[in-house]
Amino acid sequence: MSEEIVLQLENLHVYYGAIHAIKGINVKVPRGKIITLIGANGAGKTTTLSTIAGLVKAKTGKVVFEGRDITNKPAHIVNRMGIALVPEGRRIFPGLTVYENLMMGAYNRKDKDGIERDLEWIFQLFPRLKERIKQLGGTLSGGEQQMLAISRALMSRPKLLMMDEPSLGLAPILVDEVFEVIKKINEEGTTILLVEQNALGALKISHYGYVLETGSIVLEGPSNELLENDMVRKAYLGVA
Amino acid sequence: MNQGVFFLQNLFNALMLGGLYALIAVGYTMVYGILRLINFAHGDIMMMGVYFAFYTAVIFSAPPLVAAIVAVAGAAGLGFLIDRIAYKPLRNAPRISALITAIGMSFFLESFAVVAFGAVPKPFIQIFKDKTILNKVVMLGGARIPLLTFLVILLTLVIFAVLFLIVYKTKIGMAMRAISMDIPTTALMGINVDGVIGFTFALGSALAAASGIMWAMRYPNVYPYMGFMPGMKAFIAAVVGGIGSIPGAVVGGLLLGFIEIFMVSYFPTMSGYRDAFAFIILILILMFKPSGILGKKSVEKV
Repeated sequence: MSEEIVLQLENLHVYYGAIHAIKGINVKVPRGKIITLIGANGAGKTTTLSTIAGLVKAKTGKVVFEGRDITNKPAHIVNRMGIALVPEGRRIFPGLTVYENLMMGAYNRKDKDGIERDLEWIFQLFPRLKERIKQLGGTLSGGEQQMLAISRALMSRPKLLMMDEPSLGLAPILVDEVFEVIKKINEEGTTILLVEQNALGALKISHYGYVLETGSIVLEGPSNELLENDMVRKAYLGVA
Repeated sequence: MNQGVFFLQNLFNALMLGGLYALIAVGYTMVYGILRLINFAHGDIMMMGVYFAFYTAVIFSAPPLVAAIVAVAGAAGLGFLIDRIAYKPLRNAPRISALITAIGMSFFLESFAVVAFGAVPKPFIQIFKDKTILNKVVMLGGARIPLLTFLVILLTLVIFAVLFLIVYKTKIGMAMRAISMDIPTTALMGINVDGVIGFTFALGSALAAASGIMWAMRYPNVYPYMGFMPGMKAFIAAVVGGIGSIPGAVVGGLLLGFIEIFMVSYFPTMSGYRDAFAFIILILILMFKPSGILGKKSVEKV
């Protein structure tokens, strides 16, 4: 592979107290691609993203971002280096307005013009956010909150966008919309690491996938091949 | 003195006292909003601020305004340091550990003041001995109001205006509000959470010192335990108003000031119970509206 690797996990181990949550995984995220981690509840998907983002400490192993070792760096430093996370459950700030939520994403940026341009871009992606700009985040519907969470992450102009279960808890019609948007964001140049329980949706839009089971990677490959894989079909796509 | 004049006189006293409580209460409420910690040392930071002003004025014969600015800055630095040294290492510890540390910090500051400054009260007013203009009396509708009272009320208003600008119109204010809602997600936005928490301590401490200096101009004694009762009442004000809410701290502070002044004025026989009113209000609020006047129903974070 001659493509440039943006993010690499090398033999990563994470513990929660005595629980061995991540058992030595290796993941590569090439620039410009959508990479997905699929797996059941409790497989360690969220833990993986939290470790990269700096919210959870790794015991051993390495997180390498653009050639630099960022293992166990604090979350705000990781974000400043160019990694944004759309956290599980959206976690928008309920008492801040939609506009303030977006500005939280752009907190460390000084380029006023760039921020304006990105706001316009985001309002094109999600016209509904523009209508709700002055509303408090907590008054938005679940789907709108998800759009806001994605937009907030984009406002930091990340080199790598990580998303934790963006389709969770959304109406089916919105699920398709969210996957469409993820694809669009990627096509406009952002590298994406996507974690999903909705394996079908994630594999359809991604380039390469990893299957995580109880903290280990049990299978990996190009997404279109995983879609055809018997084990994946049985366990994650509900096809016998 | 007729009823109207009597009322007016007390109204101004109540506004002044309530404003001073509110200034201290804001420090409690901001720290609680962010860390769910009652910073019991807050009243003692106010006391330290007054000592800073006193010694700056006495030792360096600085003009009162300069002494006040030095003291406010010094208290801000002290608040920041206390967070770094005492509370920051306990960020992930059980909440009770930080609470006990806060009580310990309060005792430490009081004892430190006894050792370093002496337990004998010092006359604060001497640094204003040339400022007799402050003692001039203004006649307002028949009421005699000292100029100092106007000054304190005016300054309190200005300080609150600045505080609200910081909290609601600046980036760091937005970060403070975000932290009070969700600390990990705020860190994910690239914000140095500990830095913002330190700023919050500094800001609250600066307000406490400002309040303390004005307090000492009105009740002109400096002593190591002077922060205890105002701190206690400001804490009650914060709880009554709804702890975690800045407007709540203002409402609670004013309410306490009004009740204290008016109870004593209209029922002079009860003046011995002056300090008890605050606690009675606290008990009533905790019985009937534990979240406070402007507080939201607390949702336990998991």
